[in-house]
Amino acid sequence: MHFGPHLLLAALEGLVTSAVLALTALGLSLVFGVMRVVNVAHGELFMLGAVLAWAISTAISGHPALGFLAALVLAPLIVGLIALVAERLVLRRLNYNPEATIVATIGMLYIIQQLALTFYGPEARPVEPPFSYRILLPWFGYSGYKLSIIAASALLLVATWFVLTRTKIGLVMRATQYDSETAQAFGIPVDRVYAGVFALGAMLAAVAAVLIVPISQAHYLMGQDPLLLSFIVVIIGGLGSLRGTVVAAVLIGLSDGIISVFFSPTLAKIIATLLVAMVLVFRPQGLFGTASR
Amino acid sequence: MKEASPAKAYVLHLGVIALLFALSFVLPEYHHGLLARIMVLAVFAMGYNMLFGYVGLLSLGHAMFFSAGLYGAGLAVIHLGWSVPAAFAAGLACGAVLALVIGVLALRTSGVAFMIVTMMFAQVFYLIILYFAAWTGGDQGLVVPQSARVLVLGDTSLGLTNPTVRYMSALVLFSIVLLVTLAVVRSRYGRVLVAIRENEERTKMLGYDTFSNRLAAVVVSGTICAASGAAYALLFGYVGSTFASVQYSILPLLWVLLGGAATTLGPLIGTLFMYYVVDVTSGYTSAYLLIVGIALILLVLFFPKGVLGTIRQRWLGWLP
Repeated sequence: MHFGPHLLLAALEGLVTSAVLALTALGLSLVFGVMRVVNVAHGELFMLGAVLAWAISTAISGHPALGFLAALVLAPLIVGLIALVAERLVLRRLNYNPEATIVATIGMLYIIQQLALTFYGPEARPVEPPFSYRILLPWFGYSGYKLSIIAASALLLVATWFVLTRTKIGLVMRATQYDSETAQAFGIPVDRVYAGVFALGAMLAAVAAVLIVPISQAHYLMGQDPLLLSFIVVIIGGLGSLRGTVVAAVLIGLSDGIISVFFSPTLAKIIATLLVAMVLVFRPQGLFGTASR
Repeated sequence: MKEASPAKAYVLHLGVIALLFALSFVLPEYHHGLLARIMVLAVFAMGYNMLFGYVGLLSLGHAMFFSAGLYGAGLAVIHLGWSVPAAFAAGLACGAVLALVIGVLALRTSGVAFMIVTMMFAQVFYLIILYFAAWTGGDQGLVVPQSARVLVLGDTSLGLTNPTVRYMSALVLFSIVLLVTLAVVRSRYGRVLVAIRENEERTKMLGYDTFSNRLAAVVVSGTICAASGAAYALLFGYVGSTFASVQYSILPLLWVLLGGAATTLGPLIGTLFMYYVVDVTSGYTSAYLLIVGIALILLVLFFPKGVLGTIRQRWLGWLP
């Protein structure tokens, strides 16, 4: 293969990574933006989505698309419910104190991971893709399912953007993010907004996981990389900024694929993590964000 | 913090040290070995407490200081053939230098950003250990040869693999760090640190340079953690990348929270309790991370001051 097609292939793969990453990071970013809570268990909620997708799709017999669609609807709902319970039982009682909630979500991380290991086991299990149509490009055939991931992610991102900027719910969320006390004084049920945002963040991670699981596999440790990458995306994009998150996700997803071609993956991770730490040290508002108030 | 006669505090601490000394002669072999390990790890927790308890800076990356000491000492013995005291000093130096660099960078941030930055630096450190697997042994780790773990004092040479020597070495390190911590927190400097934790702006207004005071605290904390790591490598003879992973940044936080942040003896109690809980439960289940997770959540929810913090608040106001 020549250089051009090679680059196209790398770019397509990178876009698939970006699509999943954008959804996951958006969940993390929303939770941080509105609630000022750094959810360290976010990656585990992602993992839970994938594991549930496997469980649901194997429970349903018949055409693989049926099981997949059921998983796409049910897995995020279950994960959202779990997040809701965790929010009510733990985070709310901590008054959303940033440091206490980090410690508590670390606790959740360990609990979810260990429970997944106990009940799901250490194996990596695949989920059958809903359809296996190959799109023939002039140089190579490409999985139609992967392209549909990009489309689905773009659709969900646009929907989130629409909800945030054009609806009453979004207005309420933005008001809470801007100044929760004033919002409360204007009769916004801040408490319920927080619960909803936390569940929504978890559901975005779960949807991303269900989308990716037919091309990767469900495994109890799969939440660690998405967590780190989401942190990176959210920091580069500016904490709590939707546009920045998406731009950064595309940037990171594309460059991740291309860097790993030239360097060893470990070295690529070292450089990326170090760069991001430096961004946080010298430009805490992110590369695309505006200075925080 | 109530003012009390310093004698009471010193008597209590010397009493704890004497108790640990006496335990060496009565404990059965298994618990004897476990307690030696716990004392070394309690030093790690004390180093963490220095920063988290007294300055109020929550770091999620202290595993890098511990493993800087661990690898600094371990690799000096393995690759350079250094003697035990020289290797220990090398471990301390690695930790101190790393803490200085990380401190200068990370202290530009605060709050949540500080946590994430320290976590990322620790992750970089961990990945670097994996990347240079040719020297560090990667995720397999390296064994420090028994023949090299001999402490020569004048004419006598003490093998650090001997259980009694090991226990006593751990106790000496523990005692020194405990008394140093006590002296530091009772000093003027310790009070400045607490003042920074309680109200940075006001401390600044009173004319204190909060940045350099904090930086000094990071270096002291990092060096103590490195001392623990170096001692671990020399006493237990194993260096491995697990000790640099995120989990080992979380554990000292858990130990300190459990024992009581900003108490001098809290780290020992937290480490002791948690180590035994994990040890006992691992007899029944392999799910010890579940216990760590539940303990973390219950602690922040219902018991944020920890064991000694609660005792100090309720009954013994003079507890340092």
